[in-house]
Amino acid sequence: MPYQLAVNGRTHRIDEDGQTPLLWVLRDTLRLTGTKYGCGIAQCGACTIHVDGQPMRSCSLSLETAAGSQIVTIEAVEGPEAAAVRAAWVKRDVPQCGFCQSGQIMSAVALLRSNGAPTDDDIDRAMSGNICRCATYNRIRAAIHDAAQSSTSQAKTA
Amino acid sequence: MKSPPESLDPTQPAKRGFRMTRRRMVLGGSLIGGAMVVGYTATHPMEVGGAILSGGGPDPEPSAFGSYIRIASDGFVTIVNRQQELGQGIHAGLAAIVAEELDADWDRVKVIDSRSNFRTYGPQGSVGSRSISSNWDLMRNAGAAARSMFVDAAALLWRVPRRLIDVRDGVVSHPGSNRSATFAELLADASRQAPPQQPMLKQTKDYRLIGTDRVRRKDSVPKSTGAQVYTQDVQRPDLLVAMVAHSPRFGGKLARFDPSDARKVKGVIDVFAIETGVAVVAQNSFAARKGRDALRVEWDDSEAEKRSTPDLFRYYHDLAAGRGDVSPSDFAMKGDKPEAPFSGDIFEFAFDFPYLAHAPMETLDCVAAVNGWDVSITSGAHLPIVDQVQAALTARTTPGRVDLEVIPAGGSFGRRGVMSADYVVECVRIAKRTNGRPVKMIWTREDEMMAGYFRPMSHHRLWVQMGHDGFPRRWRVHSVCQPLVPVGPNSQAVEGIEGSPYFSTASTVDGKIFSPSFAVPPSFWRSVGHSHTSFVMEHIIDQLARRAGRDPAAYRRTFYEKAGDKRRLAVLETLCRRSGWGEPMEAGWARGLAIHETYGTLVGQVAELRLDRGKPVVRRVVAVTDCGIAVSPNQIAAQMEGGIGFGLSAALSGSMTLKDGIVQETNFDTYPILRMNEMPAVETHIIASTNRPTGMGEPGVPPIAPAVANALLALTGNPTRSLPLAQASTISNAPGDPA
Repeated sequence: MPYQLAVNGRTHRIDEDGQTPLLWVLRDTLRLTGTKYGCGIAQCGACTIHVDGQPMRSCSLSLETAAGSQIVTIEAVEGPEAAAVRAAWVKRDVPQCGFCQSGQIMSAVALLRSNGAPTDDDIDRAMSGNICRCATYNRIRAAIHDAAQSSTSQAKTA
Repeated sequence: MKSPPESLDPTQPAKRGFRMTRRRMVLGGSLIGGAMVVGYTATHPMEVGGAILSGGGPDPEPSAFGSYIRIASDGFVTIVNRQQELGQGIHAGLAAIVAEELDADWDRVKVIDSRSNFRTYGPQGSVGSRSISSNWDLMRNAGAAARSMFVDAAALLWRVPRRLIDVRDGVVSHPGSNRSATFAELLADASRQAPPQQPMLKQTKDYRLIGTDRVRRKDSVPKSTGAQVYTQDVQRPDLLVAMVAHSPRFGGKLARFDPSDARKVKGVIDVFAIETGVAVVAQNSFAARKGRDALRVEWDDSEAEKRSTPDLFRYYHDLAAGRGDVSPSDFAMKGDKPEAPFSGDIFEFAFDFPYLAHAPMETLDCVAAVNGWDVSITSGAHLPIVDQVQAALTARTTPGRVDLEVIPAGGSFGRRGVMSADYVVECVRIAKRTNGRPVKMIWTREDEMMAGYFRPMSHHRLWVQMGHDGFPRRWRVHSVCQPLVPVGPNSQAVEGIEGSPYFSTASTVDGKIFSPSFAVPPSFWRSVGHSHTSFVMEHIIDQLARRAGRDPAAYRRTFYEKAGDKRRLAVLETLCRRSGWGEPMEAGWARGLAIHETYGTLVGQVAELRLDRGKPVVRRVVAVTDCGIAVSPNQIAAQMEGGIGFGLSAALSGSMTLKDGIVQETNFDTYPILRMNEMPAVETHIIASTNRPTGMGEPGVPPIAPAVANALLALTGNPTRSLPLAQASTISNAPGDPA
């Protein structure tokens, strides 16, 4: 039985085993390769996406479970927080190898949407599920603070 | 010059210049490259090798400005990166060197990665943090020669002396007559100029780009939007995905397998044995995974490694004590009486270091297609030349028929650059069986962590005889470590010990290297031997300082002065000043210091540490480096931060262990990686220098573990005898006589 999957504002008909991890549906079926495989057991966060606005690990979410939810991936994450995060990432040259950064950005955007002015402890809590083997953590932290400031000032001027 | 530049017709050969026959292009490369590529001539062995290897892949796009610089009609300068972008930002460093000498507008510089191409770029690979230093002359000459061609063109056009012409940010000008033209406007004329044989290079003081924070990565946008394509993301028409079932034990061989259930999995196309196991080829990744899970495989372990980690450490301890089956080789000899007995005040030290996995975020993967004699590969390669040769051997073709497209890797830390090219070879073996269809082979995290090529475990035992002044008179070193290369001395086992400045007060130093060989494959891991030898020397020095009642920084100063090592003295002084060394700290906190030289780059670090329920917490690291001319201060800082995070992760919890020969740590749940909440603040200070630049990819790693151990020593009085710190040393270090 095919599943209806809503990804990045479009509904796709996916005729695959319901137990297929959403990660592989996104990557192989929908060719949305910005979401990465890193561990397959929800330990590294490279596959982080938004499911109904919440950051989740797509490697450990089945197609069957995800059907019916609104899925957003790195390719389509939008809004003032996403724009601010991307700009801050580029301004600070956060990425090194870059492989984990889609997941880092998805986690950071979700954090800023729920908390416009996160403290370092807030950042630790929200971001510690995302491993960066290049250890770009300090720049990620600084970029999140930058993005929080710029979205706050944007909100004030708006 | 207002008229639009005429387009360059690649079919029309330039009168003098680079765009000629292949041979001339090669010779032209030697001209523009200066000394660094002298030898690309018909008689040189490199050319003979080039003829056999035949380059690999098509020749790069012809350019009037040589193999490394292309300038488009819109004035954008594209610089060809012959190194491999593994995250270290080398693309930007090399481009900045070219742009500096070319006086290009940095905001209008792009970088592309070259394919593996022996004829044009020589043997390609990223080793020993040498990508900046080994390309320094080549890139400077390339940029300066192209600049000279623009100056010549303007001088001819404006009929003014070339010495009165200035170039800045891609604009050529003659201030005397108030004339100027952009690179785009002068492009056609400049392309017809002859490149100078020995272009004038800038003085360090005249640098406008190098050494500034304007030098930034060019890949931050694609890496912040999900657009960057890694090997895992490569798409091809008719692409198949493969996974391989490997022996759980090193040296295990395939006995028999039953593919029937795997073949029933929807999407599985084929199942077959290859030299390293059983390959499952499928239409997509998850089908390949399910197919592999459905395999029933029996392994022949008759020749497999079945020992456990404690067995191996016992074996290493026996070897170091002279009770083993491995004949040592000598190193670090100083003085003439190594056989004389140790006497008086003797200290003995023993250290155990574990196997470590690289665990790059992108697991090992490769895309390959085999069509008759031709092999095409796409990979985030680390040693392209090795991959190319190994792929050719596997496909029984010549390296010249192997086209290797090198794309950025999601990390490597050495794992994507092993001499056997294990994962590339495996992918080619599979692609030989798919009738020309391209295959993307993906390893799971478990595959990657169980496949070895680890940073080798090691054991170091040292004896130090002290003088009455509290400084060593005599050293003896016994090091046990698997060799990383099959031939030559096992120098990686003791790099960082050999030639140590701490031998400067001793009259006699002698050492032995024991190099056991068995089925667990070791390989290069970011900073290689320095990842453990730095710990040996830097932690011993703090223990000796403690015994001598001296401050660790002041104690080090004596060795460096005795060794006449001005660079180390400068790093030490800056480090003490910047870290507040010697100033009081809050209760429960301590500082630890370490200074180590890795591949020509000196790095000193001071770590601030406390214990939280017995667990070390590092809140801040102050780092100082002398890496010669700092090409890109921002990326030097990034590599320092990354090196500290990488080294601290290993020091706190990194350990790969074997139980009955089977790897026990198979994913991030059992091989924890440093996370955001554990990352210390890092301050990086760069010593101003006009020396040739050295590298930064690895040297940030070695000092952090001993700095942390030295802080623990200061805090608790207890020395550290093994890593990681999270595992109390369960291995007994039985004391012995100086063997």
